[in-house]
Amino acid sequence: MTHTITFTLNGEQTTATVTPNHLAVDLLRDDLGKTGTHVGCDTSQCGACTLHLNGEPIKSCTLLAVQLDGTEITTIEGLAKNGDLHPMQAAFKEHHGLQCGFCTPGMIMSGIGIAQRNTTPDDATIRHELEGNICRCTGYQNIVTAIREGAKAMAEV
Amino acid sequence: MYGFEYSKAASAEAAAQSLKDDEDAKVLAGGMTFIPTLKARLAMPTQVIDLNSLPELSGITVTADTVRIGAMTRHAHVAADADVKAAIPALAYLAGNIGDPMVRNRGTIGGSVANADPAACYPSAILGLGATVHTTERDIDGDSFFTEMFETALQEGELIKAVTFKRPDAAAYMKFPNPASRYAMVGVFLSKGSDGIRVGVTGAAPYAFRFAAAETALNADFSTQALENVTIDPDMLNTDMHATAAYRASLVLTMTKRAVDACL
Ligand SMILES: Cc1cc2nc3c(=O)[nH]c(=O)nc-3n(C[C@H](O)[C@H](O)[C@H](O)COP(=O)(O)OP(=O)(O)OC[C@H]3O[C@@H](n4cnc5c(N)ncnc54)[C@H](O)[C@@H]3O)c2cc1C
Ligand code: FES
Ligand code: FES
Repeated sequence: MTHTITFTLNGEQTTATVTPNHLAVDLLRDDLGKTGTHVGCDTSQCGACTLHLNGEPIKSCTLLAVQLDGTEITTIEGLAKNGDLHPMQAAFKEHHGLQCGFCTPGMIMSGIGIAQRNTTPDDATIRHELEGNICRCTGYQNIVTAIREGAKAMAEV
Repeated sequence: MYGFEYSKAASAEAAAQSLKDDEDAKVLAGGMTFIPTLKARLAMPTQVIDLNSLPELSGITVTADTVRIGAMTRHAHVAADADVKAAIPALAYLAGNIGDPMVRNRGTIGGSVANADPAACYPSAILGLGATVHTTERDIDGDSFFTEMFETALQEGELIKAVTFKRPDAAAYMKFPNPASRYAMVGVFLSKGSDGIRVGVTGAAPYAFRFAAAETALNADFSTQALENVTIDPDMLNTDMHATAAYRASLVLTMTKRAVDACL
């Protein structure tokens, strides 16, 4: 049986018809064209698929599409406003918090969560709270710097 | 994923009844174990009943003697709750070190306890604090809840509604995380309360257990020295690619000593 769901995606009301065995990330990527949310594993460990559900970071590969019904979703595509990067995106650009970029959308969505939970997080806090986001390129150093500086910039706006 | 029907639970009792009517139906809580299992096609339920529609199963009540946590309460909620932090800081610490922030934003205490993963954190607190598991049918003494690997005292069609922990005088949770999965390679939850010392161990054996020899020694003398002659039989512990039973036995003692230190 299919289910018709309605939710807010990056500020826009969205309706979709899904089967129960459809994942939220697959609906977003394959059906709604929001390919900024990545899939890096099958085991809920890499964090590449992180987005915000009702304002909180979650792994969209570990959520059924039907569970999006009635929620408010923000993906990486929803961060920039009128062409201006979100402060966390700008910090990743400024501090070169990426190499290949595959983990980056998840890192930024997690980084915003870290900044929201801790106004000025120190590096140890950032590293602890990044445990669910794996990067195979950078060695994390610049990601930690970017999140620290991005959090400062978020606190200033 | 294989196909299944999906519905939102109308109440815990109604969901439990659906499980009794259809033995291949399953409930969905945080999904942090269940959805990966579905994705790997390790489960083939006929229907999935979503408990996320039941806000009444979520919430924390702290009294002078107890902390009661609803089954659908997320790990992040327990970790950040000011009343839990004040009443049993070790329990908030435990919840705040499960997996990662995204796992903690979804995963629930009910799902974790029902699942009884040998490496899960909460089972050590169930034993280490002396908890009661409230279900749709009855109250289950935490000491008799974990029965085998991934097996509990829950019957078919019986759902967890809440867990009540006794407030201790002091408590500590010491986790040695598996560096890859972040689950506990060994986790020790120790508490000191009116009925003495409790030591709950997870990660080491097929299911969580109380470390009786350590409890006896610590009841006589609450110090790390009291543990010098205490041993644990590696034959009852797990060996896998991450650690041998002998290494786990050593970790159990080391984590227990660290927990004692933290309570002194
Ligand atoms: C990357 C990652 C890292 C993790 N690290 C840790 C860790 O370090 N420590 C740790 O302890 N855990 C860890 N977990 C597991 C996490 O804590 C989950 O919360 C837990 O496995 C299951 O809880 P859930 O709410 O997600 O349940 P679900 O996955 O939804 O359900 C699990 C099982 O319990 C059943 N169930 C759910 N709720 C109830 C109920 N109320 N009554 C009866 N049965 C029920 C379901 O039918 C299912 O069989 C990790 C998970 C991931 C993905
Ligand atoms: S795709 Fe790896 S955690 Fe979601
Ligand atoms: S930048 Fe390549 S995986 Fe992180």
